[in-house]
Amino acid sequence: MSAATVGAFAALAVCGATVLLAVVRLARGPSTADRVVALDLLSAVAVGIMAAWSVAANDAVYLDVALLVALLAFLGTVAFAAYAEEGGRQ
Amino acid sequence: MIAAALLVLGSAFMLLAGVGLIRLPDLFLRMSATAKAATLGAALTALGAAAHFGDAAVAGRVVVIVFFLFLTAPVAAHKIGRAGYRRGAPLYEGTICDEAKGRLPGDAGDQ
Repeated sequence: MSAATVGAFAALAVCGATVLLAVVRLARGPSTADRVVALDLLSAVAVGIMAAWSVAANDAVYLDVALLVALLAFLGTVAFAAYAEEGGRQ
Repeated sequence: MIAAALLVLGSAFMLLAGVGLIRLPDLFLRMSATAKAATLGAALTALGAAAHFGDAAVAGRVVVIVFFLFLTAPVAAHKIGRAGYRRGAPLYEGTICDEAKGRLPGDAGDQ
């Protein structure tokens, strides 16, 4: 096992711990905005997991997944924020 | 070796963002932890992948990922923060300055 593979699996383990922390915040809230922040962190961690997995599997195609996750997560966050601002104006 | 170091460093930054998300006291502090530390962590892991493959096509894709992350993370965090503020998200009791108070038209935070 090369050093890069060991590093990639270590990074995957740490990313898994981060996912657990984000899920705790997602469950606890308290407001919807807190949950969206937790989802935003989850999407950033998904990008990291995909990058680490591309190294572990030695296949660069997973980086395309990372790019798509980054693109879609931004759209989702902005869509929620626009919706929440409209709700605040009642 | 460089790839492994970048991957571990990047994931450590993301773990720090996760700890900040749990431990920091209000929405805006949590948002700043995830917006900065998690973006840097994701960018570092992507750069680690680029260092591992050492290929121009992969490096180009990684540059696009990093550029896009750095472009969108501040915008997304700003939008969430603004929406949360308008919804009247409580500020940490140690807050000493709220410059936005009463300045957003029709916001829920101005009493």
